[in-house]
Amino acid sequence: MQVWTCVVCGFIYDEVAGMPEEGIAAGTRWADIPDDWACPDCGVAKADFEMVAV
Amino acid sequence: MEPIVIIGSGLAGYTLARELRKLDKTTPLVIITADDGRAYSKPMLSNALAQGKSADQIASALAPAVAAQLNAEVLTHSRVEQIDPAARTVRVAQRVIAYSKLVLALGADPVRPQLAGDAADQVLSVNDLLDYARFREQIANGKRVTILGGGLIGCEFANDLSGAGHHVDVVHPALYPLDRLLPEAAAQDLQRGLAGVGVVWHLGHTAVAVNRAATGYVVTLDDGKVLETDVVLSAIGLRPRTQLAQAAGLQVARGIVVNRGLATSQSDVFALGDCAEVNGHVLPYVLPLMAQARALAANLSGTPTQVVYPAMPVMVKTPACPVAVATVAGEVAGSWQVDCSDDGVCALYQDGNEILHGFALTGKQAGQRQALARQLPALMP
Repeated sequence: MQVWTCVVCGFIYDEVAGMPEEGIAAGTRWADIPDDWACPDCGVAKADFEMVAV
Repeated sequence: MEPIVIIGSGLAGYTLARELRKLDKTTPLVIITADDGRAYSKPMLSNALAQGKSADQIASALAPAVAAQLNAEVLTHSRVEQIDPAARTVRVAQRVIAYSKLVLALGADPVRPQLAGDAADQVLSVNDLLDYARFREQIANGKRVTILGGGLIGCEFANDLSGAGHHVDVVHPALYPLDRLLPEAAAQDLQRGLAGVGVVWHLGHTAVAVNRAATGYVVTLDDGKVLETDVVLSAIGLRPRTQLAQAAGLQVARGIVVNRGLATSQSDVFALGDCAEVNGHVLPYVLPLMAQARALAANLSGTPTQVVYPAMPVMVKTPACPVAVATVAGEVAGSWQVDCSDDGVCALYQDGNEILHGFALTGKQAGQRQALARQLPALMP
């Protein structure tokens, strides 16, 4: 389980916590998030994410 | 063929370049920047401190790496002095650069507070990575910080600084923080949340003077009260950078005036980001900037496209009390329905037919922002 951050806006996605309020269950790996998902804070598409492990 | 020239290497300039390269890999691209051209996350400037991040750690790439990635020439430490829309050139130091299309991604200047005192010129503001580096140097070793302005940036810095162990005073003219975005109940929850992590509020007051003291500075408020501090940070607002455009004869209002195709009043000159006034909207946030960059990239690569703004909630990154707010677009007759619980405040702005037009959410309630945003009318359909 890893934590990822959006380099555009600093949004943090924690695989352990997931984002239940967005329908992404706790424990969902970054690789398993749908490709049409967009960053909730800045709207960047998943394909554009330059995510880095923190 | 003359290059597309972008002035500015902030989030607007680099995001546009990235979007453009998805559509057009070959047209020569020149990016001219007054600073060092490092790519970095702008919103992180006001929440990187508690994570212990230095300016170098916030930067994701140096200028040469960005240039390679974008197949562009990046001219750093180069301030454009003049634009000549008739000749289609820009002048930088001794060089004249011709463009086929020009994009102004100039950003905004922090508004300087009007202050008396012998240290008024020592007041800092943080609006780019170099400012952040300077700020980090000055606050080293747990220095006390006084923030002027309790708006979005002021509140984020207050939370970040107190989280990093600093004593923080915030001076704000309104009776509650973030008053331009939030209804009172939500603002008071934010005020309580930040007070809970040690932020000391001075609401309903402004600073009138900053003077040197034996150690640090003394900030004098309009009621005569004095605050002892080591660093004064101003966060009272931003003003779009319009001087260069104005001098070139472009139409300017609050920002550089552009239509929904991001075109200015001069042909083949465009603007986006914090410097631009898009169809009457000046919105210095990430979501509108992303929408602008995509539309402008399409226009520059030959597909006429108008920018569309969906409802765009703004997240205020204050972990002590997270806030999500969607402001009401235009004048809508209605009222706030406020629901407060241990989970935070849920304030909904509804018209007479219970149609949702805006919201303000605090604490755990902020998690509903996506679901609620889907019910909102688009800002610019």
